[in-house]
Amino acid sequence: MSTTTSSAVRAAGGDVLRRALPPVLLGVVGLAAWQALVVAADVPPFLLPSPTAIVEQLVEVGPLVLEASLATGANVLVGTLLGAVVAVLAALLAARSRPVDAVLSPTAAAIAVLPIVALAPVLNTMFGTTTTTPRRLVVAAVVFAPVFVTTLRGLRQVLPVHRELLRSYAATPAQLARTVTIPGALPYLFTGLRIASSTGVIAAVVAEYFGGLQDGLGSRITSAAANSAYPRAWAFVVGAILLGLAVYLLTLAAERLVARRQGL
Amino acid sequence: MRSIPVPTGSRSGSTTSAVAPAAGAPRPGPAAAVRAVGVHKRFRTRAGVVTALQDVHLEVAAGEFVSLIGPSGCGKSTLLRLVADLEEPTSGELSVFGKAPRVAREAQDYGIAFQQAGLLPWRSVRGNVELPLELHGVGRRERAGRARELLALVGLSDFADHTPAQLSGGMQQRVAIARALAERPSLLLMDEPFGALDEMTRERMQTELVRICAESGAAVVFVTHSIPEAVFLSDRVVVMSPRPGRISAVVPIRLPGTGERTEGLREDAAFFAAVTAVREALHGGAAGTPAVAAPETAAGAPRGVDLR
Repeated sequence: MSTTTSSAVRAAGGDVLRRALPPVLLGVVGLAAWQALVVAADVPPFLLPSPTAIVEQLVEVGPLVLEASLATGANVLVGTLLGAVVAVLAALLAARSRPVDAVLSPTAAAIAVLPIVALAPVLNTMFGTTTTTPRRLVVAAVVFAPVFVTTLRGLRQVLPVHRELLRSYAATPAQLARTVTIPGALPYLFTGLRIASSTGVIAAVVAEYFGGLQDGLGSRITSAAANSAYPRAWAFVVGAILLGLAVYLLTLAAERLVARRQGL
Repeated sequence: MRSIPVPTGSRSGSTTSAVAPAAGAPRPGPAAAVRAVGVHKRFRTRAGVVTALQDVHLEVAAGEFVSLIGPSGCGKSTLLRLVADLEEPTSGELSVFGKAPRVAREAQDYGIAFQQAGLLPWRSVRGNVELPLELHGVGRRERAGRARELLALVGLSDFADHTPAQLSGGMQQRVAIARALAERPSLLLMDEPFGALDEMTRERMQTELVRICAESGAAVVFVTHSIPEAVFLSDRVVVMSPRPGRISAVVPIRLPGTGERTEGLREDAAFFAAVTAVREALHGGAAGTPAVAAPETAAGAPRGVDLR
């Protein structure tokens, strides 16, 4: 038993290694080529700084990168929660009533195709440049559409056999929602959240390009670039990549957890 | 015959007493579990009006096991759904323990099991069995006790904390049956509950169902495609024919012995005779299509061969 378990673990480990190796290898080769190109062709830093220069900067301003990541991360978190809560409430309403659906679904589609980030300057003027509110609103707006669409689909997925079962129990609409409809829609909600999270991070970073508080990754990137500190700008870009990755993995884990709980 | 008289309305019968006729009114004996008088059901489809049921008369006594059998489209599931108040009859009278089906549904007079087990995948086996009790405000402790009893009854005590996805089809169906019995209904409605199971599992489930029904004393209306299944389980087999759906014959099943239905019964001559009787009633019911030219054999004559 223990031998099969350990060999299974080893096999799983080998599997992960086999799957992870090619992309990692590609990344290393890419970085080496990048370094070689910059050094050999003597590329000026404003065009492209070398990876070593970026890492040097990353080490030097590490705490600053972390701080900026946390500031932007907080905007992502609050914005995502706000957008998701509004989206779920809207989806519940739309699932309940046809007229509400007829109003909300096209609205969600319209919001999905709008370049929300373009609203950032307008929101900055509305709320002032000393607050994080405009950025968080941008994130919320970006998150709203995918979460709304997927959650609504989930709410519509009630199996006829479950609906009839609950009818045979003379269950109230609230009981149907609590025991069947909402738990059934959860995996869909989390899939929407995963899809929304990466665009949420992009929106949070880009929203900072339009001025306002200077505490986030986006602001740091623009100000570093404006000061000709190109490797430093890139160091903050690396921070933005890591933040996006962290948020994605977090939402992916949540999605998997919910799916597993439902035996999917 | 297992016609155990059963007190109707086992739940703390506020509804039952409320509906009871006024003192002095003539009482027509104990109410039948199901009584259908001249029931019609028509569906409006894109292709026109389809008559699913035509002039159905049926009475199921308390504690009686009645199967509805017939080819696809004969309306057997529709009839069950009318009794369950999942559909409404177009015309005719239908009562469940003397009440309108809607009242009976709201009073939880029946338990129901479908062809799909229909378990909630995010709830444990125990949670699924407790669902109807939870919806009707039964306390946590009482729910847990009842779930334990029911899971023991269907032989799944060791699986209480599993999720439905971890169970086989037969086990899921047993959970569904336990759930249908949760509120001690006096009537069990079953719509091909073993339809998706393999033959061996199916026979085991039938034997278990006989035992469970004997223990609960509930009347059963059981929809099936399988002749041996109907014969093995039932006191009476109601044979239906399609286009329009109607009852073409009712075959009482009289099997030897004390009425105990055990595995040995499946090889009994009387069992084969009953199977033949039901088959012939089914084929005779298709008299609307004389191309088959089925000879008018004497119903009930045992042939004892070709069970398929």
